[in-house]
Amino acid sequence: MNPTDTTNRPGVSIAGVGAQSTGAPTPDVADPVMELSGVSVYYGAYEAVRDTSMPIQEKQITAMIGPSGCGKSTILRSLNRMNDLIPGARVSGSVTYHGQDLYTKDVDPIEVRRRIGMVFQKPNPFPKSIYDNVAYGPRVTGMKVASMDDLVEKALRDAALWDEVKDKLKTSGLALSGGQQQRLCIARTIAVRPEIILMDEPCSALDPIATAKIEDLMSELSNDYTIVIVTHNMQQAARVSHYTAFFTAEVDERQERHGRLVEFSQTGKLFTNPADKRTEDYITGRFG
Amino acid sequence: MSTSTSNAGSAAGSALRRGRRRPVDSTVKVLLVAAALVSVATTIGIVIALVQPTIGFFQQVSVVEFITGTSWTPTFAQKAYGVLPLVAATLTVTGVALTIAVPLGLGSAIYLSEYANPRTRKVLKPIIELLAGVPTVVYGFVALFALNPLLQKWWPTDNGPAFQNLLIAGIAMGIMIVPTIASISEDSMAAVPRSLREGAYALASTKMQVSTRVVVPAAMSGIVAAVVLGISRAVGETMIVTIAGGLTSDRIVLNPLEGAATMTAFIANISSGDIPVGSLDYDSVFAVGALLFLITFALNAVSIRMVRRFREVYE
Repeated sequence: MNPTDTTNRPGVSIAGVGAQSTGAPTPDVADPVMELSGVSVYYGAYEAVRDTSMPIQEKQITAMIGPSGCGKSTILRSLNRMNDLIPGARVSGSVTYHGQDLYTKDVDPIEVRRRIGMVFQKPNPFPKSIYDNVAYGPRVTGMKVASMDDLVEKALRDAALWDEVKDKLKTSGLALSGGQQQRLCIARTIAVRPEIILMDEPCSALDPIATAKIEDLMSELSNDYTIVIVTHNMQQAARVSHYTAFFTAEVDERQERHGRLVEFSQTGKLFTNPADKRTEDYITGRFG
Repeated sequence: MSTSTSNAGSAAGSALRRGRRRPVDSTVKVLLVAAALVSVATTIGIVIALVQPTIGFFQQVSVVEFITGTSWTPTFAQKAYGVLPLVAATLTVTGVALTIAVPLGLGSAIYLSEYANPRTRKVLKPIIELLAGVPTVVYGFVALFALNPLLQKWWPTDNGPAFQNLLIAGIAMGIMIVPTIASISEDSMAAVPRSLREGAYALASTKMQVSTRVVVPAAMSGIVAAVVLGISRAVGETMIVTIAGGLTSDRIVLNPLEGAATMTAFIANISSGDIPVGSLDYDSVFAVGALLFLITFALNAVSIRMVRRFREVYE
């Protein structure tokens, strides 16, 4: 099952991509699956994040790190138009997916979210059975499936949850532990076979053992999926991600805080040899 | 230590003693308990007041005749005391009312909770709730003199609705209980956590799918409670059915285009006439009242069980 096999992918201009990074010529850099250029997100008149440009590489894990209020979650939610749900939210600049701008008028956000799924900070299974949680997405999107049972089993297996729940598929998803609930949410997300999975601090409500399981799962999933993860946890970013974007909050002359991308590069480079002093201060614990 | 009898404690320590409890607190408590007891006492009082005449009634009329008889004619020369015609009329009117009120009420609730922007909701919700404040006598007259003539005029066949009929009473009653169902359902939909909606949207749901497949099931306990409360109001509603529903009770009327007396309409009608206290007619009012009380009581009991059963706990 490879969601990208059948997708026609127009070439994407790489101009400017990686300008802030090491420039290490990996083949991936030439062909990002998503690209942000000059993205600012506003809530009403307030500019929450300013002028963000970065690529999302296919089948890689891209981490967004930074202190609270730096806009990393806001940027993440602009990638599948979840910000549409917040009254007054507005995005300028361009977010492209296979070269298609996600914010032109003729783009259907439902179709965007079918291809770009999301896992949230707090596990949010529906108050339905485990089975119905996983089957929800395929059902609402009208996916043609030969056997829903097989699809549910596959999604739960891929989310490393099957062995724990195979005997109680009819019980409520809310009866599971926090870590299991989060894996159920991941199973639910991959059941619709998206190409990209966004994860908004998926481990911040979990204990270390559950966190380790989710991290292993992410590495496993990156064989088939492109993953973008927002995390507070620098070690987590260093452990799991291939690329890292460091955001920070700037205070302007009117004392308003704006999130800003400071540095984007390969994870190893960002953590061992950051180009920006602010990145270095953050990762060495002098700030944030 | 602060309650010891010794006066040797420091000034700061003795300030902690209980001795000077504020008198206001205990007075307030007594008043609040009294306020709560008034309604309990009223309920008990109603039961007691119902019991004696009801027992008197059943000493002269058998329970079997009351429950299975198909004619209710206490004011006729040929008296019959079968309550089924009254029950049938009540059920018919309630059925019509729910057919109108459940879709309208749920539709309004879904619109207000999921579709309307916050400003629209702020304006619309109080207006809908205002409908609940319209006196029922107004609904009754509007039904009889405004809605029913329209219904008669537009009726496609010859044998249209009578001057008073159960259909028009049910329609008016349905409109009356829309705000009850809309308001309580909306409250429980608004209480569904945002995170569930976001989860559904992130799985490529449309707004309608989020509403009907996630929000409504999660709010089901509140919605069931709202509908049952609506049924209780419909069963107990008196003015609309008395004015617009008709008075036939000598036979079971199943055609909603005809008029028939509901339990409440019968009580209202006979109570306004001259009936001697202690007579069988007088007692029959209490017997019907006791039945009405039992039905609403059972409805409430059922609703409490349904609420527990349907609840999708989301935390």
